[in-house]
Amino acid sequence: MARVNLLLLAAVIACALGVISSQHRARKLFTELEGEQAAAKKLDEEFTQLQLEQGAWATHKRVEAVAAKSLGMRLPDPSNTVIVTVPAR
Amino acid sequence: MKFEKRAPQLRLKLEGWRSRVVLFLAIGGFAVLAGRAFYLQGVNTSFLKAKGEARFTRVVELPASRGAVRDRNGNALAISTPVESIWASPDELEIDEDQERALAKALALPLDDIRQKVDRKDRQFVYLKRQISPDQAARVMALRIPGVFQQREYRRYYPAGELMAHVVGFTGIDDRGQEGMELAADPRLAGSPGSRKVIKDRKGRIVEDVESVRAPKDGEAITLAIDQRLQFLAHRELKAAVEQNRAKGGSLVIVDARSGEVLALVNQPDYNPNNRANVTGRQTRNRSVTDLFEPGSTMKPFTVAAALDAGVVKPDTLVSTGPLKIGGWTINDSHPLGTLTVAQVIQKSSNIGTAKIQLEMSAETMGSFYRELGFGAAPQTGFPGEAKGLLKPWNKWRPVEQATMSYGHGISVSLLQLARAYTIFTNDGQLLPLSLTRLDAQPVAKPLISAESAREVTRMMEMAAMPGGTAPRAQVPGYRVAGKTGTAHKPEDGGYAEKKYVSSFVGFGPVSNPRFIVAVMLDEPSGAKYYGGDVSAPAFSAVMGAALRMMSVPPDAPGTFNVQAPASGDRG
Repeated sequence: MARVNLLLLAAVIACALGVISSQHRARKLFTELEGEQAAAKKLDEEFTQLQLEQGAWATHKRVEAVAAKSLGMRLPDPSNTVIVTVPAR
Repeated sequence: MKFEKRAPQLRLKLEGWRSRVVLFLAIGGFAVLAGRAFYLQGVNTSFLKAKGEARFTRVVELPASRGAVRDRNGNALAISTPVESIWASPDELEIDEDQERALAKALALPLDDIRQKVDRKDRQFVYLKRQISPDQAARVMALRIPGVFQQREYRRYYPAGELMAHVVGFTGIDDRGQEGMELAADPRLAGSPGSRKVIKDRKGRIVEDVESVRAPKDGEAITLAIDQRLQFLAHRELKAAVEQNRAKGGSLVIVDARSGEVLALVNQPDYNPNNRANVTGRQTRNRSVTDLFEPGSTMKPFTVAAALDAGVVKPDTLVSTGPLKIGGWTINDSHPLGTLTVAQVIQKSSNIGTAKIQLEMSAETMGSFYRELGFGAAPQTGFPGEAKGLLKPWNKWRPVEQATMSYGHGISVSLLQLARAYTIFTNDGQLLPLSLTRLDAQPVAKPLISAESAREVTRMMEMAAMPGGTAPRAQVPGYRVAGKTGTAHKPEDGGYAEKKYVSSFVGFGPVSNPRFIVAVMLDEPSGAKYYGGDVSAPAFSAVMGAALRMMSVPPDAPGTFNVQAPASGDRG
């Protein structure tokens, strides 16, 4: 009888330690997950900022101004445009 | 007795009940304690549990962001981005002079400002600076000054600025839509913030997720029908036309001729939605949707279409444009035109001719046709503040009203309604519903006139946009376009203002396979010219030409490509 009791006691202690260690692991993993989620959020935010920046650089007004002023581009006149008709296949 | 030897007190002869009372009191005390313990741990467990949880669980707010608004090609038109607001609690604040200086530097504020704000010891909350970038906020928080906190907020940015101002609208300080699509689609765009319960450790890290109280829901993104490139074109040309003709305002709408999607919608004057400090209602008004005007001659194609479809006239029926009196009123043309065919009535825009054609039709035929075209009813695009327009019920018309209505007076419409009605000419006589959001499937069109009648009126309108018509300046090199001018006196004090006009032009192209409907309206042009053909048609030509080239639409009249349109002033 006493031997069985001792055995059970050992089993209970082992279980308790197991619970503690797995709880600890779960919490550590959770903190890690938290961190990754925060990082994902941060990247998301950076993405919106970059989209805004891209929007600011790519406004048509600015593109037109750059094309016309610093690159000296202009629309071709009808006089130097040739219309080519692709023969139907 | 042997007790007597040890404790002298016991030598006293005390009465037996006294010790029993003490014993009873001790047992009673323990019983109360045991009862209380049993009550707390066995019966009323939730109280202590709640107290315990209150010491280590926290409810964390999970903010939701507002959905983005994009154009049909996915370009961002409105985006929410996180910003931080720095606030302080003056009664908790512990700050020395060095820290004050560092704080002022990090916030880029004058030192005196900071001092003034934190000196109010009676207050518990004062914003030091609102809506700064997360990077800057991180630098402020790195100073670790007790009593300085940050708060996350979202700020709405509009990268396209004034280009999209009237379509997209804007949100207020509380992040709710106030104008435009931001208001119209607010329930879809707005997210709902959530919260969850967590366990935090001593260092404030979250160690366990207890339960999610409410999951946060980010707002949906909305894709508009607007094409930002076409919008840019429309904006540029309208602005130029308004300035050139010294108009009070103006609107321009581009509608997809096949699907009824609104590809561009611009108004002048406009405003910058990112900086609304001095914005007035005159600037925020979306004129093309909310403002009504008398369309004038741009109505004539509908009158003729109804007459052709009813079979009362043919395109080559002759109409004399001699003086016409109806109910004591004389109807005028700007100059006498003699006898015209029905086609020429449209080409030369004769009021008398149109009035004579409508005499062949009953008020009911005309009235119900106008109603079917969507006049007098909101266009149902979902845009806030849509004007319905004024269209009297046909059974209340006097004969002279029927006559003036046939050429667009005594009826008022919005530019959007007018552009929509023109879809019957680009879509084989079928009226399309308008849509401000991108469509994935072809909408259901409402057949109103036969395809043959639509083609015939289109031919007439093509003549109007050629030399000999009222709007040769609407021509686009390389493409066949059709359209109709309109010049109407502005109604004022129950009559018509002598020298105030609304000049419009509605047209479409290419005629062989229409892609775009462009409607232009200028309010009170006060330059040397005010006729729609001189004022609005050039803007139409510039927008249409550039739009067709931009979308690589093959020219359907390549022969005219190298012919310079008469002074069309192509700035594209």
